[in-house]
Amino acid sequence: MTERAMTKENATVVERCATSNLKTRKTTQTLFFILLYLTGLITVVVLVYVIGYVVKIGAPELNLDFLTTNPRGGLSGEGGILSTIITSAYLVGMVLLWAVPFGIGAGIFLMEYAEDAQYSTNKWIQWMVKISHFGVETLAGVPSIIFGLFGYALFVTTLNMGFSLLAASLAGACLVLPTIIRTTEEAMRAVPRSYREASLALGATKWQTIYKVILPAAAPGIITGIILTIGRVIGETAVFYVTLGGSSGVPKTLLSGGRTMALHVFYLAMDTRAFEKAMATGVVLIISIITINLIVNIISNKLQNNLRGNG
Amino acid sequence: MQIRRVVDRSMTYLLLFFALVSILIVFLIGIFTIRESLEAWNEVGLLNFLIGTSWHPTQGELGILQMIIGSILATFGSLVLGVPLAFGCAIFLAEIAPQGIQRVLRPAIQLLAGIPSVVFGLFGLVVLVPAIRKIQIYGNSGFSILAASIVLAVMILPTIASITEDAIRAVPRSYKEGSLALGATHWQTIVNVILPAARPGIVAAVILGVGRALGETMAMIMVIGNSVAMPRALDPANPLTIFLSQARTLTGNVAVEISYATGVHESGLFATGVVLFVLIMLVNSGARALIRAGGNH
Repeated sequence: MTERAMTKENATVVERCATSNLKTRKTTQTLFFILLYLTGLITVVVLVYVIGYVVKIGAPELNLDFLTTNPRGGLSGEGGILSTIITSAYLVGMVLLWAVPFGIGAGIFLMEYAEDAQYSTNKWIQWMVKISHFGVETLAGVPSIIFGLFGYALFVTTLNMGFSLLAASLAGACLVLPTIIRTTEEAMRAVPRSYREASLALGATKWQTIYKVILPAAAPGIITGIILTIGRVIGETAVFYVTLGGSSGVPKTLLSGGRTMALHVFYLAMDTRAFEKAMATGVVLIISIITINLIVNIISNKLQNNLRGNG
Repeated sequence: MQIRRVVDRSMTYLLLFFALVSILIVFLIGIFTIRESLEAWNEVGLLNFLIGTSWHPTQGELGILQMIIGSILATFGSLVLGVPLAFGCAIFLAEIAPQGIQRVLRPAIQLLAGIPSVVFGLFGLVVLVPAIRKIQIYGNSGFSILAASIVLAVMILPTIASITEDAIRAVPRSYKEGSLALGATHWQTIVNVILPAARPGIVAAVILGVGRALGETMAMIMVIGNSVAMPRALDPANPLTIFLSQARTLTGNVAVEISYATGVHESGLFATGVVLFVLIMLVNSGARALIRAGGNH
């Protein structure tokens, strides 16, 4: 065989191999891509089905009356959800009242003071920072019912607060504290180091730098964290199920019990089997959460634009 | 000048105070929960608590193996149903979805993440439970591990999908280009190059999903039946029918009984909480070991 013939033969073999192989490979790819399209489709269908079902059953119940009357209480399942909306709002306010100062304060400390402590010779502070980071990380993975358990044992029984707004809000604050600490830290970490240096170089004290320079720059991130917290409190059930009692009126004092919208959904479904009312409450709940998510999206878009502008 | 110094000093101490209280709370939760559970450990012994299958706390019988198994089965079922879907969505979004579809699918997944768990529980109670009840097997009430698994699968899908997508997007572009330049198809590149490179992130995503599934409470109470008996296959010939069995999760055990429990019963619920916490920690550290093992290749 001449050299040319051999090359030609080799070429055909290679060509044939390549083509046939390519064909199978392309077919496999098409098959799997179809599968991937399907998973996306299934996910959207699931979402539309769940929300669609809840809205379909719940929407007919939804009217101004439903939003502006209190539940009748007892096992009737009659009435609206006004008191549950108010209780949710109270609870959000009180949880934020406890958790925001402590969460942001701890976040600032861990970020601005404790980071320096890494280089400090004070072993005690170094040790404390390490432990607290570990604690915050661990707590973020703890299921909410454990916070409920803790809140029940400490606030409801040991400290004698009973099933009350006060106990529930303290337990809720423990639940969201790690999130607020973390988002605060992250937001402050994103502020360029040069800001700090410039401010300190101008003679500002550390606190002035934090208060006048870093916090304003980190504000959108911190606010996003707080709004996410609001969503979490509105949607949370387990913690409040074991700390808030579940009475259906508007709480009169800090020591009276109540039920949030999410809890109301649970009681309607489990105790009275008033599924239409439960779905209607669910619709209100979903709308509140969507609104909150929208606000967060708007803020974080703005934040990104700001950063881009500064860069 | 002097005033600024004083303010600076006092703010340092104020912030230190906030930080200390926050950290104190973290440890208080741990210490308090463990302390409250001691009575139960002492009463029946650690081993009996973990492998006992009879939960009659008023008669001093504290065994939670059936709930550990209930939690694990529900979580396992949710992974079987949810993980393929979540991975599919993540790969789809990160690699092949056209912009237009991305703009629909990504908010859909975000929205799914925002729906409160109690609404999923309600949906499960009203739609899934009656649907499962139609399966003709003796003892099938519809309240089942299967219903719980489906609800959980939908709940963990957004978590796993979004973190997996991030992990895939974080793979350096050059890896992909290298593989494509060698003649691999896009799909081969995804399977052989991108997914292995994104492995630590993907493992982390699944672990977060597992944590969420193990920790879910209210939706579980609503669809799983809360029976304290050991889950069993309804049809002994078909072990898969164990998923049609009623069960109770560790979380459900705590939530259902805490408001009226006293004495050793209450302590038993705290002990249940500790077991739940340890279970989640085990999963987390197992995953970390897995990620490290992957890094050595």
